[in-house]
Amino acid sequence: MSSVSLQNLEISYGNVPIVKNLDLTIEDGEFLVLLGPSGCGKSTLLSAIGGLADVSGGRILFNDKDVTWTDPKDRGIGMVFQSYALYPTMSVERNLSFGLRIAGIDRAIIEKKVKWAADLLQITHLLDRKPSALSGGQRQRVAIGRALVRDADIFLFDEPLSNLDAKLRAELRLEIKKLHKTLKSTMIYVTHDQIEALTLADRIAVMKDGIIQQLDTPLNVYNKPANEFVGSFLGSPAMNKVEGKIVADGDRLVFVAGDFRLDVSRYPFAQKIESGRPAVLGLRPEHILPAKGEAQAIEGKVSLIEPMGSSILAWSTFDGISLSHLVGQDDGCEADSTFPVTIDIQKASFFDVGTGWRL
Amino acid sequence: MSKRSTATKRPLTYQEVWGRIGIYAFLGVLALFFLLPLYVMLVTSFKSMDEIRLGLIFSLPQQFSIDAWIKAWTSACTGLECTGLQVGFGNSVKILVPSVIFSILLGAINGYALSFWKVKGANVLFACLLLGSFVPYQVFIYPLVRFYAQTGIYGSLPAIVITHIIFGMPVMTLLFRNYYSGLPVELFKAARIDGAGFWKIFISIILPMSVPIAIVAVIMQVTAIWNDFLLGLVFAGRENLPMTVQLNNIVNTTTGERAYNVNMAATVLTSLVPLTVYLVSGRWFVRGIASGAVKG
Repeated sequence: MSSVSLQNLEISYGNVPIVKNLDLTIEDGEFLVLLGPSGCGKSTLLSAIGGLADVSGGRILFNDKDVTWTDPKDRGIGMVFQSYALYPTMSVERNLSFGLRIAGIDRAIIEKKVKWAADLLQITHLLDRKPSALSGGQRQRVAIGRALVRDADIFLFDEPLSNLDAKLRAELRLEIKKLHKTLKSTMIYVTHDQIEALTLADRIAVMKDGIIQQLDTPLNVYNKPANEFVGSFLGSPAMNKVEGKIVADGDRLVFVAGDFRLDVSRYPFAQKIESGRPAVLGLRPEHILPAKGEAQAIEGKVSLIEPMGSSILAWSTFDGISLSHLVGQDDGCEADSTFPVTIDIQKASFFDVGTGWRL
Repeated sequence: MSKRSTATKRPLTYQEVWGRIGIYAFLGVLALFFLLPLYVMLVTSFKSMDEIRLGLIFSLPQQFSIDAWIKAWTSACTGLECTGLQVGFGNSVKILVPSVIFSILLGAINGYALSFWKVKGANVLFACLLLGSFVPYQVFIYPLVRFYAQTGIYGSLPAIVITHIIFGMPVMTLLFRNYYSGLPVELFKAARIDGAGFWKIFISIILPMSVPIAIVAVIMQVTAIWNDFLLGLVFAGRENLPMTVQLNNIVNTTTGERAYNVNMAATVLTSLVPLTVYLVSGRWFVRGIASGAVKG
């Protein structure tokens, strides 16, 4: 087990900076997810941690030991790739044992380790097969097994589930979570899938353009996004965004966007807001609730409904503002009718119009 | 891979049937046209000189004889020596085997290094190699002759083998580099994490995956080196002249009557190796090229 510390890290391809001035500490045994859209530098960052990409500045420490220029094989890491990267001409057994054989480890020990990993991942019956004779899910199990047998202190996952279909993805996601519980190793996991990030992580680092936008627990990243980007990147169905301004009305604060007015006095602003300040209101669909006769309920005109199985996503217009909101199957929400809702303003987010940062 | 459609075919219209007949007739005529020289060569080689003198080059031999073949192989005269083509065949094999093996191996190593180990200036290096494959042979001949003369190996087996390896390298490198750049780079990364170095990755992982492209390379190099005349003539020296040079000597020896039947037999014998390679490996050739386009 190891802690990982990145100090002032910079990575560039030629003259193009990919990761800029990045500081990040990952605790011993932590499951950290690097989440972001493609091209945000998350995979490059993982490669650098694994020693497969050169850094152009800063340091990488494992357990306070500088490994910035250490060879990948000497870092005590195991890595799992999106494309599985199994050696196609070798059997599963030889794929698993390749690293150990290179290291010149005793045959009996190799056999024991391979058996242990295969048992753990339930691939014992596949040991004699070639990778081409395996399904996608089985291949990724083998790839995980290859990282396991190396006794890695740190596991690096580079979008390991992205090539699998939805059902297998959910299955293997659970498997990885169990694995982390069993091994208690440090795991760093790169994904663009927010569900994977939210379900697996101890902490999520949301990245954009090579910069970490927010580093926090899944709940905090979801409920209190640090900026507009994080707010809209996480959450499905997506967050509603309304641009307007916050105006003082007596001793109350009101958010105004055209004819749309919303009392936001109960929102926990991080700073003092002067009247007339422009702001973006971020509102998740599940925080607009069907009204149960409350006084502050507002009436919306439903234009479209999208049944999603467990619930229904409704698109309604409130005083000229279109918002999506979730309603239950039995709430009687139908297209081209009116539907009253209340807005849970404490769970909403306000962002600065210029910088996008949370207010 | 998509499955071939097994749907029943739409019946052809009257016009289409005639169209097909026209196409096949045209193709048949073309095939005959290209096969004609081979036919003439074969029938001539089985005739006696008396029969050839009649001048009926398309007629089948009245008396089937393989004397011309035996003579071409064992006792046809190349200049002063009358030992037939067998010496040249042996020489060509001696030149071919090491040249093919080493040029392919070097090409594979080059291609591997260029596509996986991102050396600074790798692209410039590769561009230079490519450029090398466009420069005509003849430009290099004189400098190479001087170079071999200086090092004292001019006119020997090593000289001609090294020459073939040098001239084969650009194309072989290109071939392997393009094949390797189609392999997922994660494979290479995974091997590095597993602790494999430059040679271990090459030998244990990359080389076993290179079979399809290696077959293509073998076909290309065997035909190119076997058919070479100029380099063999210049660099191999009198003792190691390849079969093509000896064939030329046999055909051009002008003492008395031209032995057309022997010349024809010698020519077919010389072209037998590339011919066999094509016939045996045609399927592999196509497969190799196709598998270069599909990921391994």
